[in-house]
Amino acid sequence: MPDLLLELRSEEIPARMQRKAAGDLKKMLTDGLVESGLTYEAAREYWTPRRLTLDIRGLTARSKDIHEDIKGPSTSAPEQAVQGFLRKAGLSSVAEAHVHSDPKKGDFYVAHISKPGRAAEEIIAELVPGIIRNFPWPKSMRWGPASAKPGSLRWVRPLQSILCTFGPETEEPVVVDFEIDGIRSGNVTYGHRFLAPGEIIVRRFDDYVSKLEAAKVVLDADRRKEIILADARNLAFANGLDLVEDEGLLEEVSGLVEWPVVLMGEFEQAFLAIPAEVIRLTIRANQKCFVTRPQGEGEALSNRFILTANIEPKDGGKEIAHGNGKVVRARLSDALYFWTTDQGDLPDLAELETSAKKFELDLKKPLDQRMARLDHLNVTFHAKLGTQGERVERIKELAEELAPTVGADRMLAARAAVLAKADLTTEVVGEFPELQGAMGRKYALLQGEHRSVAAAVEEHYKPQGPSDYVPSDPVSVAVALADKLDTLVGFWAIDEKPTGSKDPYALRRAALGVVRIILENKLKLSLAIAIAASVSSALAVYEQKGEGAESRGVVAMLDARIREYKGTSRLLSEAGLISNLLKGGLAKASAETFGSADQEREFFDGQRLMELTASLSPFIADLLSFFHDRLKVYLRDQGARHDLIDSVITPQSDDLLQIVRRVEALGSFLDTEDGKNLLAGTKRAANILAAEEKKKTAIADTVEPALFRENAEKSLFAAVNQAEKQAGEAIQNEDFSAAMLALSALREPVDSFFEGVLVNDEDLAVRANRLALLTRIRAATGQVADFSKIAG
Amino acid sequence: MTIEIPAHMHPNRSFQGLILTLHNYWAAYGCVILQPYDMEVGAGTFHPATTLRALGPRLWNAAYVQPSRRPKDGRYGENPNRLQHYYQYQVILKPNPPNLQELYLGSLAAIGVDPLLHDIRFVEDDWESPTLGAWGLGWECWCDGMEVSQFTYFQQVCGIECAPVAGELTYGLERLAMYVQGVDNVYDLNFNGREGADKVTYGDVFLQAEQEYSRHNFEYANTAMLLRHFEDAEAECKALLEAGAPASNDNLPMHKMVFPAYDQCIKASHVFNLLDARGVISVTERQSYILRVRNLAKACGEAFLKTQAGGLAA
Repeated sequence: MPDLLLELRSEEIPARMQRKAAGDLKKMLTDGLVESGLTYEAAREYWTPRRLTLDIRGLTARSKDIHEDIKGPSTSAPEQAVQGFLRKAGLSSVAEAHVHSDPKKGDFYVAHISKPGRAAEEIIAELVPGIIRNFPWPKSMRWGPASAKPGSLRWVRPLQSILCTFGPETEEPVVVDFEIDGIRSGNVTYGHRFLAPGEIIVRRFDDYVSKLEAAKVVLDADRRKEIILADARNLAFANGLDLVEDEGLLEEVSGLVEWPVVLMGEFEQAFLAIPAEVIRLTIRANQKCFVTRPQGEGEALSNRFILTANIEPKDGGKEIAHGNGKVVRARLSDALYFWTTDQGDLPDLAELETSAKKFELDLKKPLDQRMARLDHLNVTFHAKLGTQGERVERIKELAEELAPTVGADRMLAARAAVLAKADLTTEVVGEFPELQGAMGRKYALLQGEHRSVAAAVEEHYKPQGPSDYVPSDPVSVAVALADKLDTLVGFWAIDEKPTGSKDPYALRRAALGVVRIILENKLKLSLAIAIAASVSSALAVYEQKGEGAESRGVVAMLDARIREYKGTSRLLSEAGLISNLLKGGLAKASAETFGSADQEREFFDGQRLMELTASLSPFIADLLSFFHDRLKVYLRDQGARHDLIDSVITPQSDDLLQIVRRVEALGSFLDTEDGKNLLAGTKRAANILAAEEKKKTAIADTVEPALFRENAEKSLFAAVNQAEKQAGEAIQNEDFSAAMLALSALREPVDSFFEGVLVNDEDLAVRANRLALLTRIRAATGQVADFSKIAG
Repeated sequence: MTIEIPAHMHPNRSFQGLILTLHNYWAAYGCVILQPYDMEVGAGTFHPATTLRALGPRLWNAAYVQPSRRPKDGRYGENPNRLQHYYQYQVILKPNPPNLQELYLGSLAAIGVDPLLHDIRFVEDDWESPTLGAWGLGWECWCDGMEVSQFTYFQQVCGIECAPVAGELTYGLERLAMYVQGVDNVYDLNFNGREGADKVTYGDVFLQAEQEYSRHNFEYANTAMLLRHFEDAEAECKALLEAGAPASNDNLPMHKMVFPAYDQCIKASHVFNLLDARGVISVTERQSYILRVRNLAKACGEAFLKTQAGGLAA
C-alpha cells in the first residue's frame, strides 16, 4: 500500500502555534481522505519552526467504484418532470436512462449512475489546496506580489514550498502535482537555514527524515525536546549544577530551533541577591533560557544559565554565550534595580501623608509607602467599583470583622489586609505581574512584619483553582475570604455576574475559593452574615468619607440594585445591623434597630436570627445560590451524590460545613435497611399528600388523637412526636447521625401504618386527620432533608 | 561593485560606518536612499515614505535613517541603553520580494555578523501601531539573544488593507552598533571610527542633548501650549484634507494636498507623546487621543489613494 509524504515549508512559524497546526493538518487531511472513500493505516504529524510535515502510511491507491440507482418519474409523466429528473441525475437525454417496470406503478425511468473510483493522487491534489486555503491559523497574513489581488493565499507567515510524494514502498514514488497561488508541489525541500541551506530531493518519509537530519534538521519536536533536556542536564551536571526544569519553556525553545545546540552562559554572582523567582522569570521571559542551581540546593540559583542555539558555531559557542550573557546581564541589572528600588524610599513621600493616615501606615517602611502610593494614585480597580485604595479599605474592614470567626487576631488581619495589595505598585510586580503576592510577602518579611501577616499578603490570592493550595493560617484565611467576598459582592452589586462560558472577573473561581477555604479549614461560618458584613464594610468605608448611599462606587450600585429588588433600601440598615452584631454590640444594635422590646425578643430568638439573616434580601439569596452551585460542583467532584446534596440545600442554607455533614450523615443512613424503608415510606406519604393536595382534599391543620381508630395510627403519632423532638434536638447540636438515628425509629410505625390503615376513610374528619399525620412524617424527615429530591 | 572602505569606517569601528554600510547594501539592491524626514516622529514607520507609500499598488523600495523621538524613554543620559532620541534604519520594499529574509540576513553579513558564528533567530512578534491604524505579522530578529531588528509584513496601514503587502525592516542602529563594536554603554560608541584625539563618541554628540531633552520632556514642556498645538494640528490636518479633496466635477478625482495634511497628523502624534511624557494625560483620555490621531492617519491614507503616488490612474 502506498504512503503519502506532505511537507509545507514556510518562514518561521510562531513556536506556540506549531504543535496545534501540525495536528490540524493531520486531522483535516485524514478526514478528507476518508470522506473521499480512501482508508489509511497510520498517520503522524511533525513540525519544526519552518515546516509542517505529515506522514501517512498504507493509504489505499484508489477509492472504490460507486454504483447508485436514482428512481425517476413514470414514463408517461409530463415532459417537465422528466427534464427535472435528467438534471438531477446528470443525464443529457432520456435515452441514457433505463426503464423499469413495477406491477403497481407501471413503467418508470431509472438512472444507473456509476462513479468510477478515483486515484488517490487525484484526491490528494484536490484536497490539499483546499486545506491550505482554509487552514485555521489563529492569525494569518498575505505577502508578495500576489497580495495585490483580493483573495490571495493566507498563511501564518509566507509559505515557500510544498513537498508531496506518493507511492508504495517497492516503487519509485511520484510527486502529487498541484499548484496554489504560484507554489507548485514537488519533491524538493531545503535543510537548515545556515548550516545546510542546499536543495534536497526527497523520495519518501524514510529518506526525508535521514536527509534532513544530515542537513542539520531534527524533524521530530519531541526528539528536539529530549536532546535539549538531556544535553542541558548533562551540561549542568558537568558543572556541578542542577537544571531547573521548565516544561513550558522546553516546549517553546524546541519550537525555535531546528538543530538544538545547548550552551552555557553566566552572569555576575552579585545578581544572585535578586530573589530566585525574579531571576528565573527575567531570564525565561526575555531570553528563553533555563536557570540552574548548585547541586543539592532547593531554592538558591547559580549564576549559570543554559541557552539553546540553532547552530553549531565555528568557535564552539564562545561568541553566542558571551552575547547572551550580555543581554542577560542587562536584564538582570534592570531586575536588580527594581528589587532594590522597591526596598528604598519613594521620592514623593510628602504627598502620601493623607493616604498613610487613612491606613495607619508607617511611611518609614517601604511596603507601607507603596500602599500609600497605590491609594494616592487613585488606581482604578473597576470603573464602577472605585479605586484599589477603596477596595483595600473594604477588605480591611471585612477581614477585621471575620477575624474572630476564623480564629485570627484582629490586628494582624487588618495589617495583612492593608499590605495585601501594596506590591502592585512595586517595580518588580510591574515587570512580572505573575509575582503579585509573592513579592509582597518578601518585602513584608524584609521590613519585619509578623510571619502571618507576610504569609497572608501572598496567600490571600489563594486558592486560584480546584487544585491550588488552600491557606490555613487564620490571618491568611481572614484576608483571603475578605478579598473574595468583596469581589463577589461588588460585581454582584453592579450586575456583572458570570454568564455561560463568560466569567471575565473569575467570579466562579473566587466563589470556589471561598467554598474550599471554609470546608478544608472546617470553618463554622454563616455565609449570609459574611455577605452582609461585606456589604456593611462597604458602607462603613463610605460613611467614613462622609458620603451617603447616593455616592458613587459600590455602595451606590448596591443601593440601586437593592431598590430594584425590594423597592426600599432596607438591606443597608439590615447589613449595618448584622455588622453591629458581629462586632458584639448587641445592645447598640438593638437600640438602633428595634422600636419595641417585643420586636427585640422576637429577633433574638436563635432560630429567628438564622432565618432573618438567611432571608436578608434577595440580593444575598441570589449570591448564596451562586455559592450553592459552586459547592455542588465541588462536592460532586469529590464523589458525593448529586440528589443528596440537592435534598439538604435550601435557599437559606448558608453554613457550608453543615451542608457537607448533613450529606455525609444522610448518605450513611440511606445505606441502612431502616434508611431505605423510611425513605420509601416518606415518599409514599409525600405522594399521597401531593395527590390529595392537588384534589384539594381537606387536610387537618393539626393531628387530633381523639379521631384515631387504629393502633397503628396511635403508635405512629407517638413515634412521630418522639422522633421529631429528638431529631430536632440533635440538629440543634449539629449531631446529624443522632438525628438520623432518631428518624430511624419511624421506620417500623410508618410501615405498619401503610400496611394496616386506609388513609381514604369514608369519614371525612378521619381522613383529614390521617392526612395530617402524613404531613407530620414529611415535616419530621424534612428537618434533615427534602426526601422527595432523593433518588430511589 | 565592491566599494573599498577604509578600516576606520568598518561597522565594527564606527557608528557612521554602520549606517554607510547599510546604505550601500540597500542602494545596491535598488532602493531609493532617502534622507530622514524633517519632522519629529516616534519611529521610522511615520515617515511618509513608509506610512503613505506602503499604500496603493505602485512599486516602492526605499531605505533611510530616521531619528526617532520617544519623550517618555528619556533617562537624563543616565541609562546605558535608553534614549529619548535614537536612530532607526528603515527599509521598505513593496511588494515584499520572496527572498526578503535572505536579503535581511545578507545585510547582517554586510555589517559583519556571521551566521555560522552568531545565533540568529526569527522570534514571533506581531507588530501593531494603534496611532497609525497599522498592523502586520513578522518577527523580532535576535542575534545571540539580543533583539537587533523588527521584520514586518504590513497587512494594514491607516486602516487600509495593503495591496500588495510591503515588507518593513527596522534596525535599531545604536543596539546593533553596540553589538558589533562590543560596547556596553551607548554613549561609548565610536561615532567616527577615529582613535585618540580624533575620536568622537556617541556621548560627545548626544549626551548633553539627552540630558536637556529629558528635562524638557518631563519637567518643562509647556503643556497648555502643547494641548493647543494638538488641537491646531488636528484642525489643520482636517482642513487641508478638505481643501485638497477632489471636486465633484473633476475628470480625475485626484486629491491635491495629502502630504501637507499628513505632516499635521505627524505633529499631532508627537505632541501627544510629549503630553504623555509630562503625565497630563489620564489613562482614559489616552485612548481617545490615540483614536483622534488614528482618525487623521486614516483620512490621510484614504486621500493618498486618490493621488498618483497612491496609484490613481492618469
